[in-house]
Amino acid sequence: MSLSTGERPRALPTGPVPDGGRSRTRRVAADLAMGVRFAFTGGREGWTRAVLTAVGVGLGVALLLLTTALPNALEVRHERETARTDITYVDERLPKADDTLVVANVGSDFRDDSIRGRALEPEGPRAPLPPGVERFPAKGEMVVSPALKELLASDSGALLRERLPDRIVGTIGESGLIGSGELAFYQGAEGLAPHIEGGRIVRIDGYGDPNPTSERSDPVLLLLILVIFVVLLMPVVVFIAAAVRFGGERRDRRLAALRLVGSDSGMTRRIAAGEALAGALLGLVFGAGFFMAGRQLAGTAVVFDISVFPSYLNPSPLLALLVAVAVPTAAVLVTLLALRGVVIEPLGVVRAGRPPRRRLWWRLLLPLAGLAMLYPMIGAGRDNGDFNQYLVTGGVVLVLVGVTALLPWVVETVVARLGAGGVAWQLAVRRLQMSSGTAARMVNGIAVAVAGAIALQMLFAGAEGDYTRSTGQDVTWAQMEVTLPSAVPVSSAAAGKLRDTRGVNEVYDYSEGHLGDRALDPEATTTLTVGGCAALREIADLPSCADGDVFAVHGAEWDTGVDMAKLAAPGRKLYLDPSYEGSPKSLEIPWTVPRDVKAAKPRRGLLAGIDRGGVLLTPKAAPDTLAPALEGHAYLRLDESVPDVHDRVRNTVAAVDPLASTVTWTETERTGRFDAVRTGLFVGAACVLALIGASLLVSQLEQLRERKKLLSALVAFGTRRRTLSLSVLWQTAIPVALGLLLASVVGLTLGAVLLKMTATPVRVDWTGVLAMAGIGAAVVLVVTLLSLPPLLRLMRPEGLRTE
Amino acid sequence: MTPPAGSLLSAEQLRKAYGPTLALDGAEFSIHPGEVVAVMGPSGSGKSTLLHCLAGIVTPDSGTIMYGGRELSAMSDAERSALRRSDFGFVFQFGQLVPELTCVENVALPLRLNGTSRKEAERAALTWMERLEVDDLRKKRPGEVSGGQGQRVAVARSLVTKPRVLFADEPTGALDSLNGERVMELLTDAARSTDAAVVLVTHEARVAAYSDREVVVRDGRSRNMERAV
Amino acid sequence: MSIGHTLLGLLESGPRHGYDLKRAFDEQFGHDRPLHYGQVYSTMSRLLKNGLVVVDGIEAGDGPERKRYAITDAGITDVQQWLATPEKPEPYLQSTLYTKVVLALLTRRDAADVLDTQRSEHLRSMRVLTERKRRGDLADQLICDHALFHLEADLRWLELTAARLDKLREAVTR
Repeated sequence: MSLSTGERPRALPTGPVPDGGRSRTRRVAADLAMGVRFAFTGGREGWTRAVLTAVGVGLGVALLLLTTALPNALEVRHERETARTDITYVDERLPKADDTLVVANVGSDFRDDSIRGRALEPEGPRAPLPPGVERFPAKGEMVVSPALKELLASDSGALLRERLPDRIVGTIGESGLIGSGELAFYQGAEGLAPHIEGGRIVRIDGYGDPNPTSERSDPVLLLLILVIFVVLLMPVVVFIAAAVRFGGERRDRRLAALRLVGSDSGMTRRIAAGEALAGALLGLVFGAGFFMAGRQLAGTAVVFDISVFPSYLNPSPLLALLVAVAVPTAAVLVTLLALRGVVIEPLGVVRAGRPPRRRLWWRLLLPLAGLAMLYPMIGAGRDNGDFNQYLVTGGVVLVLVGVTALLPWVVETVVARLGAGGVAWQLAVRRLQMSSGTAARMVNGIAVAVAGAIALQMLFAGAEGDYTRSTGQDVTWAQMEVTLPSAVPVSSAAAGKLRDTRGVNEVYDYSEGHLGDRALDPEATTTLTVGGCAALREIADLPSCADGDVFAVHGAEWDTGVDMAKLAAPGRKLYLDPSYEGSPKSLEIPWTVPRDVKAAKPRRGLLAGIDRGGVLLTPKAAPDTLAPALEGHAYLRLDESVPDVHDRVRNTVAAVDPLASTVTWTETERTGRFDAVRTGLFVGAACVLALIGASLLVSQLEQLRERKKLLSALVAFGTRRRTLSLSVLWQTAIPVALGLLLASVVGLTLGAVLLKMTATPVRVDWTGVLAMAGIGAAVVLVVTLLSLPPLLRLMRPEGLRTE
Repeated sequence: MTPPAGSLLSAEQLRKAYGPTLALDGAEFSIHPGEVVAVMGPSGSGKSTLLHCLAGIVTPDSGTIMYGGRELSAMSDAERSALRRSDFGFVFQFGQLVPELTCVENVALPLRLNGTSRKEAERAALTWMERLEVDDLRKKRPGEVSGGQGQRVAVARSLVTKPRVLFADEPTGALDSLNGERVMELLTDAARSTDAAVVLVTHEARVAAYSDREVVVRDGRSRNMERAV
Repeated sequence: MSIGHTLLGLLESGPRHGYDLKRAFDEQFGHDRPLHYGQVYSTMSRLLKNGLVVVDGIEAGDGPERKRYAITDAGITDVQQWLATPEKPEPYLQSTLYTKVVLALLTRRDAADVLDTQRSEHLRSMRVLTERKRRGDLADQLICDHALFHLEADLRWLELTAARLDKLREAVTR
């Protein structure tokens, strides 16, 4: 309706003049304002309800804002990462100049964290400074990230401090880091230039990836993130829907009183809308607060091995605006929807008849539609799983919404069939039969949260199994591998130092190189391994061995596709470190297969359970000319019960050669990030459930207070407190049990579908299911326990006093 | 002072305060088996408190209550609850029927609290509902019956355990006179037929007229009008 | 209503002249029907004859109104007895009850006792009527109900008065 009065026909001389649009707007505003006032003037109870609603809405809003901010945060991370890229696999080599810098990757691992480390050697005054670094550290100095600084200063970082003894002369600024929790350092170095080689030590004149790739994020990870947000948001939405119905009966009575003094039904609806609006608006304020707090908190959290700076988390203004408008609108709509079946009369509230029996078919339609949306993506897997975000989100949402649609039907149907039992049971069951809808509504949130959590849990367990695929490394033989740069073949001194390291039982050391049949673009290639007889026996079955022997291993998996008999034919000239077209010339050291080459059989063992083929040389058989093309490898057998044995080895290795690298072997490559996500999921689910528990408690107490007289009367004729307490427990436990059951079924189904989408074998994570169900049960117990003291208080005979 | 000979339930020197307000201040009471005693007095005089004390729902601050030779005021809460389940019956003004249970389940409730099986309890309940002319309501819930019918159901419930003392607190307070009188008639008839004593708290003279005698409570003190002839 | 008991009661607070008695009576009870001097004179002479009052003194001048009367112990007992005896429950006895209550207040007796006694008497009648009603036919029931409702009205008045005794005491002893 137009607000201007000029367009209305003026000739209406008789009869009541209809209210002008302007005054009508004002009246609507007045009604809404009255509702807002009511939301906060209900005494302590009113406040509790308003605050609880606001907290619920606030958490939802905060989560929504976080969701909208996340893409931005990931983009900023990516930009920072690109901006500081130094070592790229570009084969052209720069000449030394006054604007060049030699960078060596000296990154390391400490416990389960990886540390980004760079050794810097500026070659002129105009050498480029890395982002976030103010000046180059001199040799013996380093600049570190705040997180690393903290770690080094802490007791637990003492071992790492041994490895990184350089003086800390500054910290890396935010612009040089991709997260608040990143462990990174730049140390000064000298004499790096001679070591320049492809991937580890390079000369650069600037930062940034010359060929930036738009990194295609892992579709499975994307799926996980989408599902996490849906799963955490859905219960919040359900909770908001339940929260705006808090104190519904009281509100209805208040509205009835308003009708009595002359407000019409439209007015009462507007007043109710105003009340809901107040809660939602307060919720928005809370949400903004939660988000700001969460943003700061996010600076300290490490998820997916990823940490972010609070400044990364800026929601896009448009999305934020959308949230700000959508949440209150939704709150008002839910309220009006809830009032639809209710006629508020001046003398009370009339529910529009006995609600019709709930029908199943359309309730089933929702989750089925959801599954149908997910169905086309089944079997897509990681490789071609370009999951459509909308279909995924829509499907998961529909399945979870299906829970809220199915639960009332389930509760009604089951409760109607529940029969005989003790008095407590009878009281609870009958009460549920009378108002199964209310019960179901309260439990909906729990059910959705648990269903989603179970599905996620399964997806995680599956994805984890996928990500932690067996490395094929048999770690019973050796647990660590140390790689030393080519110029330093594993000297007996280095091996000795490793052997002396606490926790190292055995050291097997070899020198390895890449062998080809031609100097340029070889057709057949294999490995050349130099080692003592004892060491060689660990990797192959030798007929006999004396220093000076040369062996060719025949039939090893290692050399699949290579005809060893032909390649290692006696007298054949081979080349160590052959060159390839388009790459800088390699060393191309010629080596002739000796006449007396002996045949050896492959042996599975030391090298992480796989065999080793190629050509094996005892030290005397290896001419010195080969040395530049050989790389030292030591395989360590460790006593893993020695604390921090891995870091002790790393320290030794760093002392031997800072450019050396170590690899820890594990049977399965465990990517700790899933643990973090799983923990996060648990915490999130627990928070959501706690919130729902709080709302359950509030409605429980409200219900009890309304029954004060009845409770007193029951006590008067001798009802045991235990009976009434038990009935309260049943009253919560029955719907929650049904909710959990339904949630488990839906959750397992959804989880199975999601796993199928990632082409992962379906495996049920029963511990996860049980844990979620356990949290749900705990909520029931806590709610019951917390409602007992007020129950006992209400059961006191004072309730019988009418005054 | 010893309790009058033959009295089933008697109280002496009852004193009970709720915070600063003194609800009972030296009240006395006694009732014989089969006797209907009306407790009258202005509102706020302590009638209900007297009833609650006599029924063992509330413990008085001081004074003694004797029931069948036992001292009620010395019993534990659990013992008094058990006594209320077995020996006492209750009718209140309103808010006493459990709205979720059907009428027959409501009537059977005290028996079930005593451990009687559901079937047996509901059979006994139905007998009493017949006597109070409400057996046709057995499947209905309290919300679906009229006030007078509900009150009769409540009376049936109070009598189902064959109590020796029936406590009625304004049992007709929410009813019109015709319904109120019918309820009183049924209640007193039923009580007399089982030789139960009835403690009837009321402020209505026409309800009190169904009693054998009245006790007036004023300012926390009771006055037995029996000897005022 | 007994004017004799009323006048006796008025004398309990102290000896009064005849005209004084009439004025006090009119003030407290005679709102619509003031006493005649003749009534005072004849009543007082009857009380004198029965020994319930004595002449305490005579003022100069003629007429009964000049005599000053004082109540005797027998008179006080008589008043006490009258107050303690409930009236037969019947319609329109409020004026008597009212007099009794006021008199009890004036003589610092327990007015609530008067009311309780009366209620008890009323209830006794009501019990009889209720019993008759329970046994009788519809006609009996209707007749009994009529009487019961009237008695109930009396009782309501009793309750109301009982609730207002403090105010009434203030009003009559002022």
